[in-house]
Amino acid sequence: MKNKLQQMTVPLYAVLTGLILGAIIMLISGYNPLSAYGSLVVGAFGSASAIGNTLTSAVPLILVGLGIAVAFRAGLFNIGAEGQYWMGAIVAVWIGYHFPTLTPILHITLALLGAMLAGALWGGVIPGLTKSLVGAHEVITTMMLSYIAIFFVHYLLEQGPMMAPGFVPQSRPIAATAALPNLFPATGIFSNATLSSGFLIALAAAAVTHIVLFRTTFGYRLRTVGHNPAAAKYAGMSVTRFTILSLGLSGLLAGLAGGVQMLGVDQQLNDSVSSGFGYTGIVVSLLARNNPYAVILAGIFFAALSVGSQTMQINSGVSANMTDVITGIIVFFVAADRLYQYGFSRIRSRVRAKSLERTEQG
Amino acid sequence: MTTLSINHLRKTFPGVVANDDVNLHIAAGETHAILGENGAGKSTLIKMISGLYRPDSGEMLLNDKVVTFSSPREAIRAGIGVVHQHFMLIPALSVAENVVLGSEPGGFHFPKRLASQKVRELSLRAGLPLDPTTRVADLSVGMQQRVEIVKALYRQARILILDEPTAVLTPQETEDLFVVLRKLKEEGIPIVFISHKLDEVRAIADTVTVMRAGKTLHTQPIASASANELATMMVGREVSLNARTSASHPGDVTLKIRDLSVLDDRKLQAIKGVSFELRAGEILGVAGVDGNGQTELVEAIVGMRSAVSGSIHFAGQDITRDSVSTRIALGISYVPQDRQHDGLVLPFTLTENLMLRDLLPPYAKRGWLTPRSAESQSRELLARFDVRPPVPDATAQSLSGGNQQKVILAREVSRAPRLLIAVQPTRGLDVGAIESIHHELEKLRDQGSAILLVSLELDEILALSDRICVLHAGSIVVTLPGEGASRDTIGLAMTGTDPNAKEVLR
Repeated sequence: MKNKLQQMTVPLYAVLTGLILGAIIMLISGYNPLSAYGSLVVGAFGSASAIGNTLTSAVPLILVGLGIAVAFRAGLFNIGAEGQYWMGAIVAVWIGYHFPTLTPILHITLALLGAMLAGALWGGVIPGLTKSLVGAHEVITTMMLSYIAIFFVHYLLEQGPMMAPGFVPQSRPIAATAALPNLFPATGIFSNATLSSGFLIALAAAAVTHIVLFRTTFGYRLRTVGHNPAAAKYAGMSVTRFTILSLGLSGLLAGLAGGVQMLGVDQQLNDSVSSGFGYTGIVVSLLARNNPYAVILAGIFFAALSVGSQTMQINSGVSANMTDVITGIIVFFVAADRLYQYGFSRIRSRVRAKSLERTEQG
Repeated sequence: MTTLSINHLRKTFPGVVANDDVNLHIAAGETHAILGENGAGKSTLIKMISGLYRPDSGEMLLNDKVVTFSSPREAIRAGIGVVHQHFMLIPALSVAENVVLGSEPGGFHFPKRLASQKVRELSLRAGLPLDPTTRVADLSVGMQQRVEIVKALYRQARILILDEPTAVLTPQETEDLFVVLRKLKEEGIPIVFISHKLDEVRAIADTVTVMRAGKTLHTQPIASASANELATMMVGREVSLNARTSASHPGDVTLKIRDLSVLDDRKLQAIKGVSFELRAGEILGVAGVDGNGQTELVEAIVGMRSAVSGSIHFAGQDITRDSVSTRIALGISYVPQDRQHDGLVLPFTLTENLMLRDLLPPYAKRGWLTPRSAESQSRELLARFDVRPPVPDATAQSLSGGNQQKVILAREVSRAPRLLIAVQPTRGLDVGAIESIHHELEKLRDQGSAILLVSLELDEILALSDRICVLHAGSIVVTLPGEGASRDTIGLAMTGTDPNAKEVLR
């Protein structure tokens, strides 16, 4: 229990440090940090539609973050979630506009299954096989495959097979049967708000990931391979197989993120292919220390930063990019967690020395 | 002349009192041994003396002046030189660079040649000849230790502390180290020698202090202390050193190896057509100098390395091509040589480590972990094998070496395996832990398991084995009955000479 609390302290301090340093920067540039943060919170959570926006934007971050956390747990670095996200998105959109006669549940399920499969193939099977067969490092292969996926989208949309009639490089929109429904009722304070039901999928994915990692023998083996491949070999586990499987699971979640985002928000592929989710997902899983439930919170946190930043810019004049600065500081301090331990032990020993002096004098 | 006194030192960690009322007086120019079991608090004490930990209470006096260190740097500056059990060297740098690191000669520019020259002079003066230009990675363990000592002397250590210096050394290197230590002593440098090996302490120390359960019990001149007395004090009860075991009752053949050949990592033949049999209820000791094919033989039997030719039969079944997990399921247990490298997953809890090779009830069922029954099983095993602390949620890395080994043994023995392969099962452990592990092995044998004991410690082989085979250069030189086997015969065989063949030649 104490262990779990300790694991949470570093991320919390990192967030706090990020916000404080952000405030100092705002002060130096002549803004009032309190009003800036105030409008940021209002923008992210101040109304039903703000909350809906924040939670909806958190969905892909949570799903990609989960995928990256799974890879980290297995001792692997999936840096190419961006590409897996796009492969998932392509397949989901393709299925989304092709079978308009299916019932919604069947259509959505089919599209998301396709997205997961595409992500798993792109993130797991190819890098996993190349790693185990020729020793190609997964950081390199997943990143390169990421570029291939992004340019594949360009090809598909720019005079390619998925381009919709006309001159705009975008695909046909998905059929109504494939769209994820809005969770908010269309009445009262919710009348202008939307919350993608993808949010429920993200919550469920976090729970399933947690169960798989910590309640099944598969997850146990995956973590063993991640912590100590030699011990895994000694226990008769195939490190190769778990490399492929865990990268596959990681890609599956990133692909699901692409699918959910297409069916729930974008509704079509378009050419502005740089979601950034693949990279923010790394930050999310770092802040959450690869804990699936903490990924939900971290995902919502970063979504709130980005949704609220627009309001912050309008109301207090602080550039929306300020939140990127804060994100950067947070990542820095999460990664440099030993700095805190060092700092704390220093402060503690100094306090003790002071009190010792005092007792000696007294 | 330097003296170090420690009065009523106390250090606690959350839930553990690591050191309590520790008193120590190191007189000028003496070699003072601190003897204690693993987990007795020796390392904690060293870390306080060297500034890594701060004591909760108590005081340290260096030359009768109270000192407090808030960092290792301050301790070094005060003249405390520590050679840690795990060396603090940078393998890619040269000897000279390692020695001067942190207090380099020159200013911004690093005068490499001057550093080499200084280190060469110092090492010769101290009687520890070293080539300052060699890369540390290319040195043997014994020479690396020498670099550590020279490093301490370079920082003008006025007192030298060695934490389990012989744990990693060969007998010859240990002898060399003792020569060096005697020379340093002549120069008036007091030496603190931490160990759990009785005979070494008796060979090198003037005074011995025994620690147990975080406390210093007793200090006396070594001349007036007998080995049994010290062992009893260390463990807190009577121990039998080298007690010969009861007779064995071998049953059917459990393991049958025929003309087995195995390659090492460099694709050279490490095991060359070895054949032997091992029966149920029998301990077969494999003696030999390290690196004569022990690793490859064992890995071939457990399935981690494939055989290039020959066969392995287990209980009448050919398992030569079977996977590790199939062999585990058949009842082959394995205590590997390096407990931290492959025997345990250090960040995992004890319960998670106990199920490492054993994802079956009560730990797991049809692919699902069963935390509740796993925990009760874990609690039971930890108590039965006297693992301290017996906390299922504790991580493996929080345990001392001896207790880590007990966790591995608990896992491998608890299923009543038909074959147990134990490689160096007591390496680096103290007398009490060795005794309890030997006892477990004998109990397992008496219950009808076959045991293959691979060890570099001849005493261990002699104490436990019903039969002994000696491995040299990938072949079995000779197989002897354990009863009446002499050290000389085995020692001779370890060099590759078959003692029987020699008689024939005569």
